[in-house]
Amino acid sequence: MPPPAIHVAGIRKVYGRTVAVDDVSFDVQPGEIFGLIGPNGAGKTTTMECVEGLRAPDRGTIAVLGLDPGRDAAALQQRIGVQLQEAQLQKRIKVWEAVDFWASLYRRAVDGNHLLDQLGLTPKRDAWFMTLSGGQKQRLFIALALINDPELVFLDELTTGLDPQARRTIWDLVRGIRERGKTVFLTTHLMEEAERLCDRVAIIDHGRIVDIGAPADLVARHCPDRTVVVTTGDALAVDRFGAIPRVATVTRDGQVVTVRGSGADLVTQVIHCLAEYRIPVDDFRTELPTLEDVFLKLTGHAIRN
Amino acid sequence: MLRGLWRLAWLEIKIFLREPLGAIGGIAIPVVAFVIMSRFGGPKMANVPGVPRFIAADLPIFAGLLTIASVVLSFVAIIAIYREGGILKRLRATPVRPYTILTAHVVVKLLFTAVTLAALVVAGRRVYPLESGVPIVSFAVALLYSTLCILALGFLIASLVPTARFAQPIGTLILYPMLGLSGLFLPVEALPAGLRELSRLLPLTYAVSLLRGIWHGEGWLAHAGDVGILAVMFVACLALSTRAFRWE
Repeated sequence: MPPPAIHVAGIRKVYGRTVAVDDVSFDVQPGEIFGLIGPNGAGKTTTMECVEGLRAPDRGTIAVLGLDPGRDAAALQQRIGVQLQEAQLQKRIKVWEAVDFWASLYRRAVDGNHLLDQLGLTPKRDAWFMTLSGGQKQRLFIALALINDPELVFLDELTTGLDPQARRTIWDLVRGIRERGKTVFLTTHLMEEAERLCDRVAIIDHGRIVDIGAPADLVARHCPDRTVVVTTGDALAVDRFGAIPRVATVTRDGQVVTVRGSGADLVTQVIHCLAEYRIPVDDFRTELPTLEDVFLKLTGHAIRN
Repeated sequence: MLRGLWRLAWLEIKIFLREPLGAIGGIAIPVVAFVIMSRFGGPKMANVPGVPRFIAADLPIFAGLLTIASVVLSFVAIIAIYREGGILKRLRATPVRPYTILTAHVVVKLLFTAVTLAALVVAGRRVYPLESGVPIVSFAVALLYSTLCILALGFLIASLVPTARFAQPIGTLILYPMLGLSGLFLPVEALPAGLRELSRLLPLTYAVSLLRGIWHGEGWLAHAGDVGILAVMFVACLALSTRAFRWE
């Protein structure tokens, strides 16, 4: 296995009497989208800013692309791209000026016009920063994070405050970054975003990592329960479903039959059963647990409180 | 070392000019005050009893101090706004060095001091014709030097104000009493003992002494003390603010 793009071991950060980050450890592999997920105030941004070299942890070690972000900041900044949470630019800076200035800061830079084109910002080249929409601002910040053709990109709460359509556009752009062979380390408090975008996630709560894994694996590990809801006129359906192994309960409410059980193949089993007994189906839907449920189960509280 | 300095300074000039109220206002206030006061003041009133010195013999020094105050207040506001908006932090995550950002703003402010002075020279060409041998080059150097030293005080203020909203009012509250005690309006010797001591601790007092001396042809050697004390205050403010300054 290649060395990790980011290696974090036992970092801790205290502000006054508040422990913001407590014994956090994780590795980010090259070429993956890795998400640090948790509610606001869980320690996501503090952790990310320690990795970026903007803050120094009180304890623990960090290696980013084999470098120490505190000691080798200058060398590291050439190789990473950063988008900060709630950052602004000068109100009256033009889009092309920002890209041009950023490009001048690095030893190596990609073509700014091409980048603006890829991010759909060419029509806004001459617009002032303050006139951009939320989604356009975030696309500009992505452009600035990519200007030096970085190996590793940091995205902190990239889609917070955006409408669903702008959010989807941004997700496609982030997948595009991975397809170009780069590593992405992002934070989000949106479980849907983590589930759709991240190859692996670390769940963080009150400054501590609760679990790390691929979203689907975390769901399978912590929330194996599956629910299938079938609408059928077949009076025998309840008994047929009840005979499926690992089905826990079957309940009927009028024509609506709800099958609850565990295991990844529960849905397949129900479909086989429907086919085998030629049960007529008017409606069929599944209720699968999500990362949101995993979070609730692991921390005892919902991510939005 | 100062990678990006000139590019950033140029960028900041363009951005500054896009906010006409700030850019024109900063230059217009000293110039308009100077023009109005030169109508009933200026050198012709220098020896008329009852006319305060600052609108007669010292009118250029008065205009110079207004320029310094306007430039420094704008510097305080811009640093506070950039910090609050996360602009400083965002730039800190790039290879640009923190002191490069501050230096770029100082360069811009000194340039606007020079432009304001040029506007003053044009506006005052009848009252103070350049052909009459006014020491304009020395005065320009003294003004830029004083501005630079007092910008360090501005940096200290910017380091201590909690939010951008308070930056300008707090800056005004600190700078304007300093103007009052600077010896421009009332001779320092005429102040009550306590205020006289206080006035000796304030950089504007030495700026006034330097500008006045240079304008009236006393020469740099006679004011080496002012230059030295301003330098010490510059270093002291810078040292204090680098300890107190937060990038976010």
